[in-house]
Amino acid sequence: MVLTPVLSKDWGDADSFTLDGYTRAGGYTALPKALAMAPDDVIALVKESGLRGRGGAGFPTGLKWGFIPQVKSPGDEKGQAGKPHYLVVNADESEPGTCKDIPLMMANPHVLVEGVAIASYAIRASFAVIYVRGEVVHVIRRLRQAVADAYAAGHLGKDIGGSGFDLDVVVHAGSGAYICGEETALLDSLEGYRGQPRLRPPFPATHGLYASPTVVNNVESIASVPSIVLGGVDWFGSMGTEKSKGFTLYSLSGHVKRPGQYEAPLGITLRQLLELSGGMREGHRLKFWTPGGSSTPILTEEHLDVPLDYEGVAAAGSMLGTKALQCFDETTCVVRAVLRWTEFYAHESCGKCTPCREGTFWMVQILRRLEAGTGTEEDIATLLDTCDNIFGRSFCALGDGATSPIVSGVQYFREEFLQHVTEQGCPFDPHASTLFAASTAGTR
Amino acid sequence: MGLTDRTRAEAREIIARYPKPRSALLPMLHLVQSEEGHVSSEGIALCAEELGLTKAEVGAVATFYTMYRRRPAGEYHVGVCTNTLCAVMGGDAILDTLKEHLGIGHNETTEDGRISLEHIECNAACDYAPVVMVNWEFYDDQTPSSARELVDACRTGTPPPPTRGPSRLCTFKETSRVLAGYDDGLANEGVQAGPATLAGFELAQQRGDVAPPLPGQEKAPRQEQQQDGQLSFDAGTEG
Repeated sequence: MVLTPVLSKDWGDADSFTLDGYTRAGGYTALPKALAMAPDDVIALVKESGLRGRGGAGFPTGLKWGFIPQVKSPGDEKGQAGKPHYLVVNADESEPGTCKDIPLMMANPHVLVEGVAIASYAIRASFAVIYVRGEVVHVIRRLRQAVADAYAAGHLGKDIGGSGFDLDVVVHAGSGAYICGEETALLDSLEGYRGQPRLRPPFPATHGLYASPTVVNNVESIASVPSIVLGGVDWFGSMGTEKSKGFTLYSLSGHVKRPGQYEAPLGITLRQLLELSGGMREGHRLKFWTPGGSSTPILTEEHLDVPLDYEGVAAAGSMLGTKALQCFDETTCVVRAVLRWTEFYAHESCGKCTPCREGTFWMVQILRRLEAGTGTEEDIATLLDTCDNIFGRSFCALGDGATSPIVSGVQYFREEFLQHVTEQGCPFDPHASTLFAASTAGTR
Repeated sequence: MGLTDRTRAEAREIIARYPKPRSALLPMLHLVQSEEGHVSSEGIALCAEELGLTKAEVGAVATFYTMYRRRPAGEYHVGVCTNTLCAVMGGDAILDTLKEHLGIGHNETTEDGRISLEHIECNAACDYAPVVMVNWEFYDDQTPSSARELVDACRTGTPPPPTRGPSRLCTFKETSRVLAGYDDGLANEGVQAGPATLAGFELAQQRGDVAPPLPGQEKAPRQEQQQDGQLSFDAGTEG
C-alpha cells in the first residue's frame, strides 16, 4: 500500500460531513468503545500507539495527555489535579503552505468531534474548545452543525452513552493572527486577550486555560484517535516507520500537476508522491520545496528521497512540520520567495520579544533591497547574522521559524542571492512562475 | 443601524457559553462587526461594559487581530492571498489587477461601499492556489480575469457562490454574525470537498490502495502483488 486513506477514506461521499454520512461509514463506534475503557487505559492506548502531534512539533500525543495531573489519592483535589481539566483543539491552521485541517473539517467534522469526546474522556475534561481560525466561515458552519448534531444524537452533552461522562464543546472562531497557532498564545487568545505566547514553564498541562490543566492538540492528531481506538496499537503501527507511526495527510501544492491531499504512511518520500501524482507541471523541474510549511528549512531536488517522517526530515536538516509540501519550479526566484515569507513573519510577529519584532523588520528591509537589486554581498552576511540573533533567542518558535527560509535559502542558493547583487536586479520574470503563464515560459 | 438592545442581549448569550466571561470577547467583537461593519467605538464600549473591562483593554485586543476592521468593510470584503505560494502562482498579479480595476489599495473600500480589498496571508487552501476569499468564503484557482469578473459581480450585487461554500455568498455583516456564533442554517449547503482535496482519495481508488483493514473487518483480505512489487490490499475489503 502506497496510499493509506483513513481520515480521507469517506471524503468521496457527498454527505461525508453529515451525522448520517459519518455514522453510515462506521463513525461514532470508537466513542462507546473508549467509554467502556478506564480513562487511563485510553491514555495508555494512545501512548503505546506512538501517535505524534500532527501540528508540527511531533510531540507524542499520549504523553501529553499523561502529563495532566489527575486525582489519584485523597488530597490531590486540593492541587492542580482538582481543578477543571480542559481540551483545546488547535484548528488555527495558518502555517504558510499548510492546508490539511481545513479540508478535513470541511469534509468530515464529525471525526474530529468524536476524537474530542474520546480525548476529553481520557484526560477527564468536561469542557472542550475547538479554536478555529476565523477566516474559514464555511468550515466553522460545518463544525458547529456537527457539534449540534452530536449533542442531539447523545454523543456530546450529559451522561454520554449512559457512561456518566459529561462533555460540553464550543466552536470558537479566532480573528486573524498566525501567532495564535502557538499553543500558549492560543490560550491567551481564548481567554480574551491579545494572542501572545506565555513563558513556559509552567506548561499548559498544569497551567493552561484559566490556569488549569489543559491539553492542546492539533486537529489531525485528535481526528486520528477514533481509528486508533478501533484499530489498536498494532494496526496503527503497521503503517509508518519505527519512530513515526501511522498514516498522515501530505499536502502537495505549487507547480505540481495534481496538487491536493494525499494520505499515506509516514516515511513516504516526495519522489514517490510526485511520481504518484503526475510530477511537476509539464516542461519544468523541481527547484526547491518545504517539507512542512514555511517555518521548516527549504530542501531541494537532492532531497527527493528523504523519508518524510520526523527523523528523516530532521536528518536532512529540516523538520517534518505540518507536511505541507510546497513545490516550486525553476521559474521561481528564491529571493522573492524568501522575502515574501519574511514579510509574513514581520507582519505576524506579536511584538512581545525584541529579537523577533525588530529582527524580522530589519530582515525585510535587507531582503527588499536585495530583491530590488540595490543590495550588497555584505547584506547576505548581515541577514545570517540577524538570524543568529533571533534563532534560540526569541520568546517562541515563531521567531525561530522566521529564520528558516533565509538560512536555508542562502545555504542552497547563495549564488542566486549574489546574482541579484551583481546584476543589480532580479533575473526572474514573475509571470513565468504563474499558473496562467504558458508552460514553455523561460526564466528571462 | 447601530447597536441595539438585541446586540447587548446577544453579547450576554455569548458570554454564557464560556466558563469565564472574558473568553467571549473575540466573538463579541465579531458580533459588533455584524451590526456595524467594523469595530466601532460604541461596540468597544459595549464589550467593555458587559465584561467589566476598560475601553482601552478592549481596544488593545481589537487592534491585535487582523479580522477586526477599524473602518467599515465593504459589503463584500475581498482578500487576495499574497503569501509566497499564492503570490508566485499568480496572487501578486491578481492583487495588482484588482487594485487597478477597483481604484483602491490595501485596506480601502470603494466609494459605493460595495467592495473592500485586502491582501491576506495564507488561508489554508494552497492546493487551490491562487486563492481569493470574499467574506471569508473560498474562491479557488483564480486568475486576474476571473477575479475581476468576481468583483464586478459583487458590485452589481450578483456574486457567484463560493467554490467550496454555501449556494449563496453572504454579506460581510452576515458572515460576521456566523463568526460570533449565530448559525445561518447554511452548513449543509455546498460540496463536501473540492477536487484537490480529493486528489489523493481518487488516486488511491484508481490504484486500489487502501489502509490495512481494522481488526475484525479483515474479511478475506485478498492481498495482491502490485507492479511496483509493494504489497497492497484489495479496495473491496474496507468496511
